[in-house]
Amino acid sequence: MAPILIAKGVTKRFGGLVAVNSLDFTIEEGSIASVIGPNGAGKTTFFNCITGFYTPEEGQIIFNGHEIQGFRPDKVTRMGIARTYQNIRLFANMTALENIMVGRHPLMHHNWWDAILHTPRYRKEEKEALAEAQRLLNFVGMSGLGDQMARNLPYGAQRRLEIARALASKPKLLLLDEPTAGMNPNETAEMIRFIRHLRDELGLSILLIEHDMKVVMTISEKIAVMDFGKKIAEGKPEEIQRNPRVIEAYLGRGAASGLGGSEAAATV
Amino acid sequence: MAGLLAGAVALYFTLVGMVQAFSKRAVVASLSLGHITLLLAAGTVLYVFALRDRTSGPGRLLQTAFAGGLGGLLLGLYPYLGQWVDFHYMFVRTSPELYALLRFGLSPTAGLVLMVVAGAALGALLAALTLPGRFWRNAIIEASLVTITVGMLSDLFKGMTIGGIFTPFLNAEGLNYIGAVLVFGLTIAYVVFARRRREQRAALEASGEAPKTPAQPDTRRWMVAGVLVIVLLALPAVLGSYLSHVLNMVGLYVIMGLGLNIVVGYAGLLDLGYVAFFALGAYTMGLLTSTGPLGIAHFTFWEALPFSIVVALIAGILLGIPVLRMRGDYLAIVTLGFGEIIRILALSNWLKPFIGGAQGILLIKKPPFGPWTLTTPIHFYYLILAGIGVAFFVAYRLRESRLGRAWMAMREDEDVAEAMGIDLVTTKLTAFAFGASFSGLSGAIFASYVGSIFPHSFNLLISINVLSLIIVGGVGSLPGVVVGSLALVGLPELLREFAEYRMLMYGLALIAMMLLKPEGFWPEPIRKRELRVEESGD
Repeated sequence: MAPILIAKGVTKRFGGLVAVNSLDFTIEEGSIASVIGPNGAGKTTFFNCITGFYTPEEGQIIFNGHEIQGFRPDKVTRMGIARTYQNIRLFANMTALENIMVGRHPLMHHNWWDAILHTPRYRKEEKEALAEAQRLLNFVGMSGLGDQMARNLPYGAQRRLEIARALASKPKLLLLDEPTAGMNPNETAEMIRFIRHLRDELGLSILLIEHDMKVVMTISEKIAVMDFGKKIAEGKPEEIQRNPRVIEAYLGRGAASGLGGSEAAATV
Repeated sequence: MAGLLAGAVALYFTLVGMVQAFSKRAVVASLSLGHITLLLAAGTVLYVFALRDRTSGPGRLLQTAFAGGLGGLLLGLYPYLGQWVDFHYMFVRTSPELYALLRFGLSPTAGLVLMVVAGAALGALLAALTLPGRFWRNAIIEASLVTITVGMLSDLFKGMTIGGIFTPFLNAEGLNYIGAVLVFGLTIAYVVFARRRREQRAALEASGEAPKTPAQPDTRRWMVAGVLVIVLLALPAVLGSYLSHVLNMVGLYVIMGLGLNIVVGYAGLLDLGYVAFFALGAYTMGLLTSTGPLGIAHFTFWEALPFSIVVALIAGILLGIPVLRMRGDYLAIVTLGFGEIIRILALSNWLKPFIGGAQGILLIKKPPFGPWTLTTPIHFYYLILAGIGVAFFVAYRLRESRLGRAWMAMREDEDVAEAMGIDLVTTKLTAFAFGASFSGLSGAIFASYVGSIFPHSFNLLISINVLSLIIVGGVGSLPGVVVGSLALVGLPELLREFAEYRMLMYGLALIAMMLLKPEGFWPEPIRKRELRVEESGD
């Protein structure tokens, strides 16, 4: 598999704080990868560097063969990267369908005069956009909720609507920032199935930030662990679970040595 | 407590001079607008008090009556003590006429007693009003307010060309008893009728008998639209010249409101310097068509109109560029400054040789139309109506497009909108450009309509008016702009006495709106699109 996204030595500083410190990371096409780490480790900052909200001071981000670091967010989205947010950020006073149709913005091309004169281009694009929005709404299991204001939707539906909105731009890479935050075990299991389904059905590559270890270990094919802006480990789920540096970062030095010791003793 | 508050509110309106100013206009029979202001001010407080009161019928009656009496005492003490104390020293509005008004034309003591009794009676009446069910209570309140409004606007009916048919119901000023009872009764009848129909429809739907004929809503919509067009076209013939003029002012504000609604309502960019584009449109029209010494081109109205719009549009983009990175309050402050800069430039000595400084531009040509020239307010009514039509059409169609959705996404969350692939720079600039060009259109028509323009016609107040009318009508709502313009521009034009208290009224209206109906009088309807898809899919 060819890599869809390569990050090389990405560094982002805020004043004296190095939020992301020369990070290297590669996502294979069609895979599900995760970034984990304690709070403040720089995971979301890394996301923001990829999507163009921040410009990294050093390093390269290569998406699909093009360098994209320093591009404006709308340009990055046009290239095929879509994202969701840790705290849901829907367009609250627009309906669910309108939210999805906004997501389709980069694929539409009609201008203001097309809209005023209702040219054939406008009619065709609007019709397609509405049909596609409807299809995506069904895809995320929300048919019948399309005319609801986004702010009136239940929490789980809002999460799924955010994903539908991201999918509307037909991305090649989907970034999900804590997709199961605030969900109960049932909803979480549902979301895991849904993310797998996304990859299998649509052939997307997916990068997750997630705190729920069960989710991460179940669906990721590759995991990167960050702490204080640095990548401290990378590998398959089972490798990460055994890595003493990861345990140290999560549970503290003492716990790690104790754990490592007892584990060593157990395996011997 | 409530009584004192009611009295204090009534006293406040009295002391700022409103009661006296308004007392010159009779509204219903011998009740003047001044009386009604007092009744409404104190009544609202007492009514809310009665609503909150949890005691049973007679107890509530007594308590509210007591509160009303207390309020009456407070208000009555002012003219009573006025015998010995010189209130004029503190409250400059104090005058013998005001005292006479508040004493009901009687001696001080009798006046005080009567005021207490009147307050108590008002309290008891309002408490009695809270006793029947919610429906009847609201019906009575609505009917009273409608009667008062009709009474205030009764001059209107006389100004109409068909004013004759209303004379049996009118006094020299205001409604007479027959008219008042008639209006009151008709409103109640309408409210009851509307409820009956609603209930019937709900019952039909509940029993599942409502036949779903997809063509019906469409034909009905066309019929409504047709009737509306006919009414709009026939209106000036019925209203006469003065009222057409009032409608024209409303119409110019509607065009501006539709433009600012794109900037503020759709794109969420708070623009307080909107009058600048109106001024630019007007000045361009003036310079290009004036036959006076300042005219530079002697164009006709129609030749100059595109220039007015384009100048405003370019100014909109020029203002947009420096404020691209600004949000919320900062944007408001910068645009506010821009509006003032344009006005001060128009006043300046530096530009005086070109645009006339404080003397303005005179002798602006009227628009020709075929072999005729549009001169009277009635002629202009049709021109402005056409302008509104175009603006409405453009605003509506833009709303339903990729650009409209991009604007609204930007209003909701700028960062996320950008992450959805929306180019913030062009999207913001198009919003400013469209808003400004509507304003330029309005300004151009204004210049031609009044025939001469002066810098002081383009003050900050216009920007504030336009913004207020959008808020009152409902932010982002197209019909809301029309409703807001009628309420905030049309009413004050008709109620001359309000002129002095216009800002007070605006403040009251805005506070009331925010508390009671934050979404506006006619909020934007939620577009139902999912059903339509399913229907067409079947």
